[in-house]
Amino acid sequence: MSSITPPVIVETDEMIAGATAKDRRAPRVRRRSDRSVGASVALHATLLLATFIALFPMAWVVLSSFKPASEIRRSDIQFVVDPTLENYRKVLFDTNFPTWFLNSLVVAAFTMVIGIAMAATAGYALSRFNFPGKRGLMWVFLITQMFPVAILIVPIYTIMAKAGLIDTKASLVIAYCTVAVPFCAWMLRGYFDTIPKELDEAAALDGLGPFGTFWRVILPLARPGLAVTAFYTFLTAWGEVAYAIAFMQSDDHYTLGAGLQQFVPQFSPRWELLTAGAVLITIPAAIVFFFAQKHLVAGLTAGGTKG
Amino acid sequence: MSTSVTFEKATRIYPGSEKPAVDGLDLEIAEGEFLVLVGPSGCGKSTSLRMLAGLEDVTSGRILIGDRDITHLRPKDRDIAMVFQNYALYPHMSVGENMGFALKIAGVNKSDIDARVLEAAKILDLEPYLDRKPKALSGGQRQRVAMGRAIVRQPQVFCMDEPLSNLDAKLRVSTRTQIASLQRRLDTTTVYVTHDQVEAMTMGDRVAVLKDGLLQQVDTPLGLYDKPKNAFVAGFIGSPAMNLGTFCVEDGHALIGEARVPLPRSTVGALKGDKVQLGFRPEALVLSSADDAASFPVEALVIEELGSDAFLYGNMIGDDLRADHVVARIAPRSVPAKGAKVWFSIEPGRLHAFDVESGDALPTD
Repeated sequence: MSSITPPVIVETDEMIAGATAKDRRAPRVRRRSDRSVGASVALHATLLLATFIALFPMAWVVLSSFKPASEIRRSDIQFVVDPTLENYRKVLFDTNFPTWFLNSLVVAAFTMVIGIAMAATAGYALSRFNFPGKRGLMWVFLITQMFPVAILIVPIYTIMAKAGLIDTKASLVIAYCTVAVPFCAWMLRGYFDTIPKELDEAAALDGLGPFGTFWRVILPLARPGLAVTAFYTFLTAWGEVAYAIAFMQSDDHYTLGAGLQQFVPQFSPRWELLTAGAVLITIPAAIVFFFAQKHLVAGLTAGGTKG
Repeated sequence: MSTSVTFEKATRIYPGSEKPAVDGLDLEIAEGEFLVLVGPSGCGKSTSLRMLAGLEDVTSGRILIGDRDITHLRPKDRDIAMVFQNYALYPHMSVGENMGFALKIAGVNKSDIDARVLEAAKILDLEPYLDRKPKALSGGQRQRVAMGRAIVRQPQVFCMDEPLSNLDAKLRVSTRTQIASLQRRLDTTTVYVTHDQVEAMTMGDRVAVLKDGLLQQVDTPLGLYDKPKNAFVAGFIGSPAMNLGTFCVEDGHALIGEARVPLPRSTVGALKGDKVQLGFRPEALVLSSADDAASFPVEALVIEELGSDAFLYGNMIGDDLRADHVVARIAPRSVPAKGAKVWFSIEPGRLHAFDVESGDALPTD
């Protein structure tokens, strides 16, 4: 899933022929990699526009976070005139932001660990074992993905309320797992399918049971798949708003998604706090991604089997 | 340590299938014997081996190792080591760890593991590579690691599932000899699966030929070659394959084109109709002349000169011939030209006869 092959530039006969033709001042032969000027301009213009659309909102948020509160609502486009860290200071010391941050961290970490554990074991079972209801289970995993969160919130809220879990972190962890586990189980199953079954058989003959095989042979080889799963489950929980607002009721139980909304009520929104908070919450996600991408290496199973 | 292996009416029917993949296999493998299971793809040879290893369920019947009924034991409780066709090395472990893994699981202490791994590595010339990962090895080295992983365990039985089929032709021939001599040296009962009859003939003490899940014949390589029990075994064993064809019989003679080839009296006596399936190996054909009543003409299409041998591939000329294609071994370096008409006769006593319907061998004494 992470194998990025660098483009291989091969000097073809055509290219060589083109070069010699040019030397002889023959009519110019267009080489394989040549593009007309018009096409180049159009292509690069499109790419630049797409890049601008993708980056502008983020750049705007980052720039805004350094603007004083008085400047932030001005509609004329300008860069920071009077950069300040005041917004960050306020967010970190004058609000509940650190508490929300910690809550989010706990919820996301538990979602990640529980999510991976469930998705990996389920994915392995789906990949390797035959059991009654296997197809049905896989359909259920797919179908649960099809319901929008808006529809699920009310029934899940009712369940949480009956279980006495409202306003607890556990409610969020459970809700996020319902979102992340089916998808990740599918994804990991696909990854496990790429690991040759002969390795399981060799492990069985070497004396490992099913769990030992999973733990000592398959998991180490599934690192790239697990890394992606980890990142995905973390993100599922990290920035989530809808469940967080519905389930959490006291200010110091809020997670970041719910908490940041407090900065921008309908009247007198405090954009300077929101933007600073938004920049801060990208940091843990970036850290998790940094560790995850280290494991995104291709070819872990290389050499194990041939043919 | 070595012990015998017995299949008693062992049958495997895959779920959802009516037809058994292995049908009532009865086979006794003696202590220290090298038995080769051979047959075309889908004949059940790999399934039989996997039943022995515990990787396939046994639907009915029993499998014994020594006196121990292992039919329903887990793979790890069978004291068996297996070499897989694609080697199935653990990619995340070094060569040494791969070879010692089973011992580590079994709780053998580390110095013993190291000693046994080193010993096996010496036998297999793998000492310099013990710290490498499998991906840094060549195909032949990986194959040896897979062998090493099996011998480190000192199991009662080796199972080998086409371990040479991923090697290139030259390496396959040399590794073939190495495995055979290693097996003699370790004296461990070995069941070896291959689809390559040359491997079967060269490596096995005995060879079991399977087809469609049914055991056709078990015998020594020469036994199979000289006395095939049916037309399938006759055609499968030997390279180039035996010439097989169905011919009419008249007055105790088979009519091969213009030729009248006398049949032994016992063959004629056992005939059920007026036709017989005859088989003769390429080396049973001798150059003859048109004068000989028992010789038949062949049009040479292709001549293969191998240096030590030459093979003539041709078509029989004549009406009503079923066995159109004929292969004959001829003397090298003075071969007939392509398209030439050559007369052959069958060396007396080297004719095989089979029933047309069942394919069973008929007596030729």
